[in-house]
Amino acid sequence: MNAPVKIETTLKDWETDQEVRWCPGCGDYAILKAVQRTLPQLGSDPANTVFISGIGCSSRFPYYIESYGFHTIHGRAPAVATGVKLANPDLDVWLVTGDGDGLSIGGNHMMHVLRRNVNMQIMLFNNEIYGLTKGQYSPTSREGTRTPTSPIGSVDHPANPCAFALGSGARFVARGIDVSKNLPDVLKAAHAHQGAAFVEIFQNCIVYNKDVFDAFAAPKGAEGQQLWLADGEPMLFDKGTKGLAFDAEKLAFTVVDVVDGDWQAAGVRVHDVKNRVMAHMLAELPFDPFPMPLGVLYDDPAPTYESAVIAEREASVSGKEANLAKLLSGGQTWTVDGSAQDPV
Amino acid sequence: MATQAPPASTNTPTDAPDAIVVRFAGDSGDGMQLTGGQFTLSTALAGNDLATFPDFPAEIRAPQGTLFGVSAFQINFGSRAINTAGDAPDVLVAMNPAALKVNLAALKPGGLVIADTGEFTKRNLDKAKYDANPLEDDSLAPYDVLAFDISARTLEAVEPFGLGKKDGLRCKNMWTLGLALWMFDRPREPLHDWLNRKFAKAPDIAAANIAALDAGHAYGETAELSAPLKQVHLPPAPSEPGLYRTITGAEAVSLGLVAGAQLAELPMFFGGYPITPASAILHHLARLKEYGVTTFQAEDEIAAVCAAIGASYAGQLGVTSSSGPGIALKTEALGLGIMTELPLVVVNSQRGGPSTGLPTKTEQSDLYQAVYGRNGDAPMPVIAARSPADAFEVAIEACRLATQYMTPVMLLTDGYIANAAEPWKVPDPDSFEPFPAKFLEEPRGEELLPYKRDEKGSRPWIKPGTPGMMHRIGGIEKDANTGNISYDPANHQHMTDTRKNKIANIEVPDQEVAWGEQTGKLAVVGWGSTYGPIKQAVRRSQDKGCSVSHIHIRHIWPLPKNLGELLSGFDRVLVPEMNTGQLKTVLRDQLLVDAESLTKTSGQPFQIAELEEAICAYFDGVQGNEGGQVAANDQQLPSTVESE
Ligand code: SF4
Repeated sequence: MNAPVKIETTLKDWETDQEVRWCPGCGDYAILKAVQRTLPQLGSDPANTVFISGIGCSSRFPYYIESYGFHTIHGRAPAVATGVKLANPDLDVWLVTGDGDGLSIGGNHMMHVLRRNVNMQIMLFNNEIYGLTKGQYSPTSREGTRTPTSPIGSVDHPANPCAFALGSGARFVARGIDVSKNLPDVLKAAHAHQGAAFVEIFQNCIVYNKDVFDAFAAPKGAEGQQLWLADGEPMLFDKGTKGLAFDAEKLAFTVVDVVDGDWQAAGVRVHDVKNRVMAHMLAELPFDPFPMPLGVLYDDPAPTYESAVIAEREASVSGKEANLAKLLSGGQTWTVDGSAQDPV
Repeated sequence: MATQAPPASTNTPTDAPDAIVVRFAGDSGDGMQLTGGQFTLSTALAGNDLATFPDFPAEIRAPQGTLFGVSAFQINFGSRAINTAGDAPDVLVAMNPAALKVNLAALKPGGLVIADTGEFTKRNLDKAKYDANPLEDDSLAPYDVLAFDISARTLEAVEPFGLGKKDGLRCKNMWTLGLALWMFDRPREPLHDWLNRKFAKAPDIAAANIAALDAGHAYGETAELSAPLKQVHLPPAPSEPGLYRTITGAEAVSLGLVAGAQLAELPMFFGGYPITPASAILHHLARLKEYGVTTFQAEDEIAAVCAAIGASYAGQLGVTSSSGPGIALKTEALGLGIMTELPLVVVNSQRGGPSTGLPTKTEQSDLYQAVYGRNGDAPMPVIAARSPADAFEVAIEACRLATQYMTPVMLLTDGYIANAAEPWKVPDPDSFEPFPAKFLEEPRGEELLPYKRDEKGSRPWIKPGTPGMMHRIGGIEKDANTGNISYDPANHQHMTDTRKNKIANIEVPDQEVAWGEQTGKLAVVGWGSTYGPIKQAVRRSQDKGCSVSHIHIRHIWPLPKNLGELLSGFDRVLVPEMNTGQLKTVLRDQLLVDAESLTKTSGQPFQIAELEEAICAYFDGVQGNEGGQVAANDQQLPSTVESE
């Protein structure tokens, strides 16, 4: 793989002439802007960038980014993207999916793209609902969600996208919020990670699941509800007055008060993005009484799938010549001459 | 050269036969496929023409000695052209009672049974549901029987190598192969070489197997005097001069794909998922990385085809392969390939269906699926291989159509073609016309129009990574030029028509008559693996004076443009198929021809005799015989208790 050439672009360069068709006020707009803001900062080249999506509101995303784009079929974007990366590992691939696309119909492909560790950024827009099909409950909908298909409340237990990603073997797992000013930083971290980088983005579907994340996503009181993680930094929230400590007895986190900024005295733990066990605990941390952990939960790179495929190919090809005529006449052969009455 | 009486024939003329059918049958753990494969190789090296039919159970190791665990390998070889694996064996090698029970019905009257008495124990007879030992009563009276303790003789032969009884008995198949080599006057050296190579890491095992092989061969020499066993030498079949090898359909497809990708000047990406009987193609290609092949074993059939589409999008030749149930799973993605107009080769090694059906048995019942089986108006070219060797050229043709017309292409083979072997005259790769793929690197006019077509109706192929050519594609209906989303009614009408016409107007070579006159009373129209039996049946019927011709279709969709006219030169059209009449429907629909069906879905190929009977029915039928459906003979090649 060649080192990507950084080129200079502006946000405008990443806008297409296509009319954006999301509902006014949809969280997707904020994510689109955050991505269009991030790409110039990364020095990305539109000609070398491919956005690949499945089906759903989120999956319309590629039409609105001035790069290469492939709007595929429901749930299958990870498989298409795997083929793209194996055919041309130099392409910078962003995968756009949703909770229905990525965790229901495409849950299997999501698991495998993560465990194989194909180098791409995966943005899963989680709005806990099927938007494009008009508001049915999704695999991340909380129990009791009332929708046309669950008129008296859903009874399914919801899936936890980050826990699923970790369980599938992901080496990078992060969380963001559509309207958060921190989202570009999360996306940059995902891009810097070599391998499959999984980012769950809480996205407000204002039509079918309005403000479902308000408890922690609403700007008012956010400090008290959002725990923004940073590698090597103490896990503090609520303006540094609270933190997460580890209760070794219970093998669980607890919320502790931090007095006068002395987080060490309060026993607050320092976030370590390479600690997989901690990442699992953070991914599963139940919101309220705990804050919502956001930012990079886990980042511990491992060799990518395509690099392993290339290395294996190079090793098995070395010293062999690709002679088609020889290949065709492989195995045991015999010659029939003009008269051809006796075996050779 | 000793030309002697055919084996097992006291009541037939004593001149040498020009073809012989041998079936090796045993437990699925007995190594019958391996024995058959090596016997095939020695047959090919002796210059005989041949055709084989491996027939094995779906279970990998079915319980030992059971009827459903029987595995068989049939080979037909001769000093003349051979097109089928033969209707009925002349020789049946039965390694246990179950193998005898399952296969005896197929044996020719007067045929030779070679049986291993060591396996005819009470326990094994019970498992095979024999009340009495058939070797000891007169139930085998219509046949010649050579029964002796192969197990004991094998153990004797391998004794010096200190193998245990279990390992020693595993050499039984080599002992049997040795006997077969003697019977047909074949050299042992190639087998010695092969065993030494195969067991290079275990010289003792190699030596034991060689000893077993030699002992079987030596047994033939000594038994000849007293037994119904006769040595037969078939002179080589006359064939075109050149270099030959044997090839199975799975190998031929793999090599054809490699050649096709080279002719298109593209690297190949092959996405697959294990499924019988298609996996062999993935196995072959996984070893050909130096030919620019990337193989990807996906998490499922859907991911296999989607990854191939992704690779085609990125500029490689995407290929995927499966069998009926797997093709069903890929279907939605085929629609995406058709909508985004990307090249894709899809190989379907058909098997008995529906659902899981008969995984290891052959059928041609996915033709509707290939031609009609997608949502929306979603046409794609469909082509079919007629034999293992033919699959090479057909695979090249699939690559050509896919890349030249920017479309998914379905290549149909079947379980029979995939597994069967035949001699193949090795082609010169330079004899094929290259069809290099072209990528669009700058707009053709002022504007970038990813869906603006060339004179063939193909849209340009634009690789991501090409500067200044960024565009978006997807499964939503697209504008006829820009490819942007379009819900415009007139545009959808236009695009539906365009996709239909692009495929309908593909240039397909004119249909030729495979055998016989250009006009006549009856045309027998086939496709796929029925080629061999139809050809032989038509020849035999012609010899009886019937005005019949054989037409075999490679391009099923679109059909050759001259086919309607060609068929109109015949009074009647008969379509034999291993399904309930699928090509017949297509012919009637496309050509308004009154095609009639001869169908068979027993999981077994057609016999020449049953086809001949159906053909002759047309000519016997002076008193209003309408021809048509003739009951298939399910007795042919029975391999399970159900089919008995
Ligand atoms: S339905 Fe919901 S997710 Fe979809 S565009 Fe509208 S607001 Fe956004």
